[in-house]
Amino acid sequence: MSLASALATGDVAELPNRRQEDWRWTDLRGALRALPPASPAGEAAAIGSGPFDGLTSDQIVFLNGRAQSETVIAVAEAAARTAALRWVSQTSNTAHGGKVRIVVAAGARLVLLESYEGRGEAYVADAVLEFELGEGASVERVVLAEDAADAISVSTATVALAPHARFAQTVLTSGAKRQRLETQVSHPGGGGELRLDGGYLIGGARHADLTTVVAHQGLDGRTEQLTKGAVAGAARGVFQGRIVVAEGADHTDARMGHHALILSDRAEVDAKPELEIYADDVACAHGNTVGALDEDALFYIRSRGVPEHEARALLTQAFVGEVVDRIEHEGARDAARAWVASHLEALA
Amino acid sequence: MSMLSVNNLHVRVGEAEIIRGLSLAVPAGEVHAIMGPNGAGKSTLSYTLAGRGGYEVTGGSATLNGEDLLALEPNERAAKGLFLSFQYPLEIPGVPGLTFIRTALNAQRKARGEAEISAPEFLKLARAEAAKLKIDFDMLKRPLNVGFSGGEKKRMEIFQMAMLSPHFLILDETDSGLDIDALKIVAEGVNALRGPDRAMLVITHYQRLLDYIRPDMVHVLAGGRIVASGGPELALELEAEGYDRFVKAAA
Repeated sequence: MSLASALATGDVAELPNRRQEDWRWTDLRGALRALPPASPAGEAAAIGSGPFDGLTSDQIVFLNGRAQSETVIAVAEAAARTAALRWVSQTSNTAHGGKVRIVVAAGARLVLLESYEGRGEAYVADAVLEFELGEGASVERVVLAEDAADAISVSTATVALAPHARFAQTVLTSGAKRQRLETQVSHPGGGGELRLDGGYLIGGARHADLTTVVAHQGLDGRTEQLTKGAVAGAARGVFQGRIVVAEGADHTDARMGHHALILSDRAEVDAKPELEIYADDVACAHGNTVGALDEDALFYIRSRGVPEHEARALLTQAFVGEVVDRIEHEGARDAARAWVASHLEALA
Repeated sequence: MSMLSVNNLHVRVGEAEIIRGLSLAVPAGEVHAIMGPNGAGKSTLSYTLAGRGGYEVTGGSATLNGEDLLALEPNERAAKGLFLSFQYPLEIPGVPGLTFIRTALNAQRKARGEAEISAPEFLKLARAEAAKLKIDFDMLKRPLNVGFSGGEKKRMEIFQMAMLSPHFLILDETDSGLDIDALKIVAEGVNALRGPDRAMLVITHYQRLLDYIRPDMVHVLAGGRIVASGGPELALELEAEGYDRFVKAAA
C-alpha cells in the first residue's frame, strides 16, 4: 500500500492508513475520501524560480509529476555534477506522481539540490526517488520542501549505498495538510558513510513526517542522524527513525538524534526512534528530546532590547541552525539558512 | 532629579513578599552600591527593575528618568537605557556573540527611532571594545557564553554593556566567580563607563568589588528594605562587623 499504488490503481483502499504501525501518525486514508482526478500537464513556461536558482543551470523539472527532460539523473564514473531537481505542483484539487532514478557511478560525485514547490491548492503529489551509488561514490542531497498548506504530499527515496560510498542528506520542510518525506537506506557497511539530517518548521494546521529506515547489512558502516524541529499553532511534527543492524554487521557505528521545540499548547510532536540490533560488536546510540523555549534565555535576550517575538525567532533559528550548519555545499547551506529565516515568521 | 527612583516598592515571588517597602534614589553621574546578606532581596530587586516574569509588583513605583519602568516590557526598558549585568549570564547556543549584540543594538536603535548601525561601524566598535577588555575577537564569533568560564561570561557582560552604551547600569554580583585579575579587568571596564550622564547600581555581597569600583553611596539591603545608607566607609564597616546588626534591625 502506498500513495503511488493508490494513484496507479485509483483505489482509495490502497492508501496508507493509521491502522498500519508505520503510518499511524500520517493517516492518508483519513485525509482523502476519494482520489482526485489526474493533474493536467501544467504550463512549463510559468514554473518560475526555485529556491536553489543561481547555484546550477543543470535543472531537472517534474511538473505535475511529468518529467520535462530526463527521468534518470546519471553521473559517469569519477565525474562530478551539481543538479537541481524540482518537483513543481502547479495545480489545484488534482493528483499526480512522478519517479526518478539517480545513478552515481563508482568514484563519482553528485550534489542534488531538490525542491518541492507548491504552486496550487489541495493537490495530491507523490514522488519516488531511487538512488544507486557505486563504490566510493559521493552524494549530497539537500531538500527544501514548500508544499501548499492544504496539499497532501509524499516523497519516498530509496538509497542503495555501496562500500566506501557516502550519502549525506538534509531535508527541511514546512509541512502540508499531510506530508511525509521518507528515506530508506540499504547500507552495506564496508566503510560506507551515511548522514541523514532533517528539520521541520511548521505552524498553522500543518503536518510534517520525516521517516527514515536504515538497514546496516555488513561490517564497518557508519550512520549519523540529526533531526530538529519546531512546531507552532496546531501543527504536528512526526519523526520516525529506525536503524536495523543485521547479524554480522559488526563495527557498525550509528548515532541518531531527534530534538523538537513545541512553541504552542496545541502543537504536537510524535517521535519514534528505534534501534534494532542483531550484531554483537556495535556502537549505537539515540537521543530524543521535546521541550519548550528556555524562558530564562528568552528573558536574557529581551533584557538586551530584543522584542519577544524576535527573541523567540532567534532562539528557534539557532535551534534548527545546527542542522543547517551540517550542510556541506556552501551555496545550499546559504539557501537553507535563508529558507529557515523566511519560515520563522509563520511560527511567531 | 534622580535618574533611578524607587519608592516604597513591594514585590512578591510566588507566595512570598521579598521586597517590602524599598526606597532608593540614584542621581545621574553617581555609583551606588547595594550590599546585603543572602536572601535580602538583592537579585529580586535587579530582576524586578529589568522586568523578569514571575516578579509581581504589589505596591510602590520605580522610574527611570521620570518614566514608569514597571509599565514597560524588558526590551523597552533596555531601549530606554537600562542594562542588567546578570549574576549568571545565560548560554545562547547557536547564536554567535557578535550576532547577538548586533541584533540587540539594532533592536534598541529601532525602538528609539534611530538608524541601524552599519556592519563596518559595528565591527570597528566591537574590535576596539574587545581589545580594552582583553577579549579574544574570535571568542565573539562563537555562540554566546557557550563553554565560557565564569570570568569570560562576566567579561562578555561588560563587553555587551560597552557596546550597548546604556544610561543606567545594574551590576548583579558581578564579582562572583571572578579571580582577582578578572575582577580588575571587569572593574576597569565598568569604570570606563562612568560619566555624568550615567548612573550605576552595584549589587554585591562582598566589599572587595568596591575597592575597584568606588561607590558614591552604600546602601544596606536587609529583609527587603534599605536599612542603612552611608558613604564608602559603610562597606568597610560591614566587612569588619558583618550584617548581623542590620538583619536584626530589619526583623
